[in-house]
Amino acid sequence: MTTLLSPRPAILDERISMKYGAGGRAMRALIEGVFLAGAAEAPENASEDVGIGLSAMDDGAAIRVGDRWLVITTDSHVIHPVFFPGGDIGRLSISGTVNDLAMMGATEVLGLTCGVILEEGFALDDLRRIQASLADTCREAGTTVVTGDTKVMGKGELDGIVLNTTGIALTDRVVPDSGLRPGDLLIVTGTIGDHGMAVMAARHGLDLEGELRSDVAPLNRLIRRVLVEGGEDVVAMKDPTRGGLASALHEMASKAGVGILLYESAVPVAPAVRAAAELLGIEPLHVANEGKAVIGVRPNTAERVLEALRSHPLGRNAAIVGTCLAGPEGALLLDTGFGRRLLAEPEGEPLPRIC
Amino acid sequence: MIPQEGGFAQLKFRDPARGKALAGELERLAREIGREPITLMHVCGSHEQAIARFGLRASFPPSVDLIMGPGCPVCVTDLPEVDEAVALAKSGVRVATYGDMLKVPGRVLSLADAQSEGAKVDVVYSVSQAVDLARSTDEEVVFFSTGFETTAVATAAVILSPDRPKNLSVLSAHKYILPAMEIVAEIPGTRIEGFLGAGHAATITGWGIFEPFAAKYNRPVVVAGFEPLDILAGLVKLLEMVRDGRGGVANMYPRCVTKEGNLRAQEQLWRVFETAGGEWRGIAFVPDGNLRIREEFAEADARRRFDIDVTSLWTTEPSELAKDCICGAILSGLAGPHDCPMFGKECLPDRPIGACMVSSEGACRIWHQYGGRPDLRSLTPQVEVAV
Repeated sequence: MTTLLSPRPAILDERISMKYGAGGRAMRALIEGVFLAGAAEAPENASEDVGIGLSAMDDGAAIRVGDRWLVITTDSHVIHPVFFPGGDIGRLSISGTVNDLAMMGATEVLGLTCGVILEEGFALDDLRRIQASLADTCREAGTTVVTGDTKVMGKGELDGIVLNTTGIALTDRVVPDSGLRPGDLLIVTGTIGDHGMAVMAARHGLDLEGELRSDVAPLNRLIRRVLVEGGEDVVAMKDPTRGGLASALHEMASKAGVGILLYESAVPVAPAVRAAAELLGIEPLHVANEGKAVIGVRPNTAERVLEALRSHPLGRNAAIVGTCLAGPEGALLLDTGFGRRLLAEPEGEPLPRIC
Repeated sequence: MIPQEGGFAQLKFRDPARGKALAGELERLAREIGREPITLMHVCGSHEQAIARFGLRASFPPSVDLIMGPGCPVCVTDLPEVDEAVALAKSGVRVATYGDMLKVPGRVLSLADAQSEGAKVDVVYSVSQAVDLARSTDEEVVFFSTGFETTAVATAAVILSPDRPKNLSVLSAHKYILPAMEIVAEIPGTRIEGFLGAGHAATITGWGIFEPFAAKYNRPVVVAGFEPLDILAGLVKLLEMVRDGRGGVANMYPRCVTKEGNLRAQEQLWRVFETAGGEWRGIAFVPDGNLRIREEFAEADARRRFDIDVTSLWTTEPSELAKDCICGAILSGLAGPHDCPMFGKECLPDRPIGACMVSSEGACRIWHQYGGRPDLRSLTPQVEVAV
């Protein structure tokens, strides 16, 4: 009898291809095979201060400071096109970093850094628009950029603009992405696939843009509500960005050593996203989100957390979508309503089908 | 229970409640038939896609074994045909083809290999894009075409068009499914008791085309669509016919398929193409299985227009791994992807060894895409969800 999805050894290609940046299995293999394998030892006595470090491969790191945790995360942002329906690279870079902090339970952001690398010839007007968007999004998240850096590279040496943001925040309790137990329920905070589908339609000029809009948004205030309402019963959080909900759930299942059963018909998907996904042969569960979280909650608290989410504009479509099983460990099962199957983690970036 | 809002239950042909009712019908019919296994075959990659995508096998009765036959035109494209395209590309001709064909291994090289060695290979989404490509250049462009009747009709329309660019010709690897079904039905010891016919090809050919086949082999053929309820309803009909020991053809896709089919499309298809025997990868020599361009359209036929020399490609031995590939057995329904020791290990979508792992219509690729094991009956005990 065959085994259930035996884990594959990480075979890395000789050259980096695009799939290594797509948030799926290939990217994890790269991080494990290069950065984790080659990481420097932590200094003596430092280990107990680092609650969550690189090897946890979580959304960020948690370092003990007095009796609290300092959470830190960094993110580089490249996106084509720079302006897309529903957002732009500025909003994306603030939201991405704020959300990574929030997913670890750190919702009070102390400040952000912002590094900008520009391509020679980039329009100043566009840069001003991006800066205004950065500032607006910071206001929405209740934080600000406290320091930054600017570089310019030659024409053709990068695609327009690259932004890097680092964020820090303090919290009393760190929520890891590994805390699931059998019986826990999984909540998504809203519709799935909006960001990736909107960007894909804009990028490939697929005349479907009408109703497709990115969901990019800072989630820290929404998550604060979840933590106030759910307390210690909120056991795991992750933002399903690149690789989509499938990738996020795979990671949560394998880190916690549980199985996850996802109910396809319970996952909220906007009609325009579903239509575009059907047309292009793309699985919405593999498509990136930039304003959504998946939250693992002890079963008795799930309804309370759900109500708290739904009372906030960013969480009004929240839904319970799945449950944790004792096994098979690390497996993600999808109940389609007709039957069950394994839901694979995407290998690289989903592409519109050829024929 | 998990709330059902926001899902796709509202889509007409994806209503799980109706699906459950049909699955109940399948159970009842399987009990009435009373023997096992009851082996059925479908001949279409799009059917396998839908079956795997919706986890339909988990709702089949355990005695029903639905296997995929030679229903992937890319997969059955034989090594010499790929070699012809590779030889053309290496000789400097611009070759346009579907993305799926790019990685299909020839005897030694695939078109993707030729491309990385500098040959001009373009991926197109349809034959009309190949036409656009030819219009945009003075170079010779060859469209390496594949597919069953549905895509063959589109190719035929271009060949018949008075506006066809003079620098465009076609290397046809188009296939005709019916003769391959006969081969499968004639395999000694085959246990296939009924066939699920592909709905989209039948929109062209009409369901009547299966009547002589069903009569000759006394096996039922049910033409079915591609939504989960289409497939389940098709299987219910097929099991009824198996139970009654009936041959014959039933049309369970009447919203698209008629008995006669699309006569105008058929007329164009047979004006341009004629059937010819050909080797199908891993299966056999299939008499009348290939569609060749008629002499009348010689100037549009790459095989007549160019002197294609494939012998230069045959100086190297194929790789050792390729010899262990069981694509042939999979395509003829004698084995499944999990019977292959290389499945999901040496053979993966980004470095395929056999054609079944290349095409999005191939059984191995589909099983891999949907988690490696589409049939979870044995693995998932009922799980109660307390909400």
